[in-house]
Amino acid sequence: MPEAVIAELPIRLNGETVRVPAGITVAAALALAGQQALRLSVKGAPRGPLCGMGVCFECRVTIDGRRHERACQRLVADQMEILTHD
Amino acid sequence: MQYDVIIVGGGIIAAALAESLALAGASVLVLEAQNAGAGVSAAGMGHLVVLDDNPAELALARDGLERWQRRRAVLPAGAEYRECGTLWLARDGEELAEAERKQARNRTLGLDCKLLGRAALYAAEPNLAPGFAGGLLRPDEAVLYPPAACSWLLANAQALGARLLEHCPVAELAEGGVRCADGREFRARAVVLAAGTASPELLPGLPLKPRKGQLAITERYPDLVRHQLVELGYIKRAHAATGDSVAFNVQPRATGQILIGSSRENEDTGAELNWPLLGEMLELAGSMLPALRQCRILRAWTGLRPATPDGLPLLGPVPGRTGLWLATGHEGLGITTALSSAALLAAQILGRKPELDPAPYWPQRFHQLSGSALHA
Repeated sequence: MPEAVIAELPIRLNGETVRVPAGITVAAALALAGQQALRLSVKGAPRGPLCGMGVCFECRVTIDGRRHERACQRLVADQMEILTHD
Repeated sequence: MQYDVIIVGGGIIAAALAESLALAGASVLVLEAQNAGAGVSAAGMGHLVVLDDNPAELALARDGLERWQRRRAVLPAGAEYRECGTLWLARDGEELAEAERKQARNRTLGLDCKLLGRAALYAAEPNLAPGFAGGLLRPDEAVLYPPAACSWLLANAQALGARLLEHCPVAELAEGGVRCADGREFRARAVVLAAGTASPELLPGLPLKPRKGQLAITERYPDLVRHQLVELGYIKRAHAATGDSVAFNVQPRATGQILIGSSRENEDTGAELNWPLLGEMLELAGSMLPALRQCRILRAWTGLRPATPDGLPLLGPVPGRTGLWLATGHEGLGITTALSSAALLAAQILGRKPELDPAPYWPQRFHQLSGSALHA
């Protein structure tokens, strides 16, 4: 039986192109890329996804130049520019 | 026990006064109805600014700023003192002419300031909307986080022997002391009413009205703004005789957050947000600083400034009431003038000569306070 073909798309993660499955959240894409800490708290502590449902605001990243976007609430898009620790 | 001084209120004016008095060796009791520093002291922007539209206001604000500047190195990190300077924005030629007059006045007074033309203004603040004519920079003005500064002053006072009681509302100003709501009585040679907008509850007839304001704070957007920005039209907007008003007043916090103000309401004294007025305030801020429209606001809140009819605080003895003093009515300048107000009043309470002329701030300038109206 042939493997199911999963559509992929390129995103730009901290300046590097990575291919990720289409239809997943930015938080999932960042997890696949091995990124756990997405930002630093005001006191410099690493922070990453916690609730996964848009409530805790811990997973904020910069998406297409817009700061403080919740990674768990956005789906990846072709050539999306994502910056962590911004 | 008999104290030298009881201070009713635990905001930044009370805290600074407690420290000044304790430093001079006086025994001090501070009675705060709720949590110290959690009232109007916690609601404001913490902008240390010298306004030059009134000689007495200027003298107190300038002395206050200089006192903060001298203590900058010993302030705790949490007080977030930052010398970001105040940048007054001129939208057109008329306001730029006002900036030039303001510069001339400041120079006469020996206040450092720099006139910025269009190019220099945009180099200083690249995110401003196009169309500004220039600005006036007062480089040595600063911002701080008032609740932390207030706690620090109170801790200093306590280390010098002052006693602080929180959640201890005062029910009555009695002869030679106070009676608390829980029935306890405390005696002192001098009692200072420094309870902000709550002061008239203990001294009915006090010429003091709450003037409500609103602020909003964003997430962290470092470098979007570099100076405390105020429009030169601020004074005419903010001090319009009647009605509600908004003015452009934006501040970069040490964390990278942006504090957005400001508004004034004369009739509403509730704690609720006025959403249409908040909308107007944010719309004005967005029109001056378009990048703000992309920013996420974390929180918005209200506060009540204790305002007197002439805009000057009430600092001095209450006529006809032996041993009763006032330290309130600072409206929007209580943080700037906390240390100067404290020095001025402490000297008078202790029978010493104050550095500034105290007369312009004496309560007796109001007829309600000059006769027998407030006699017990």
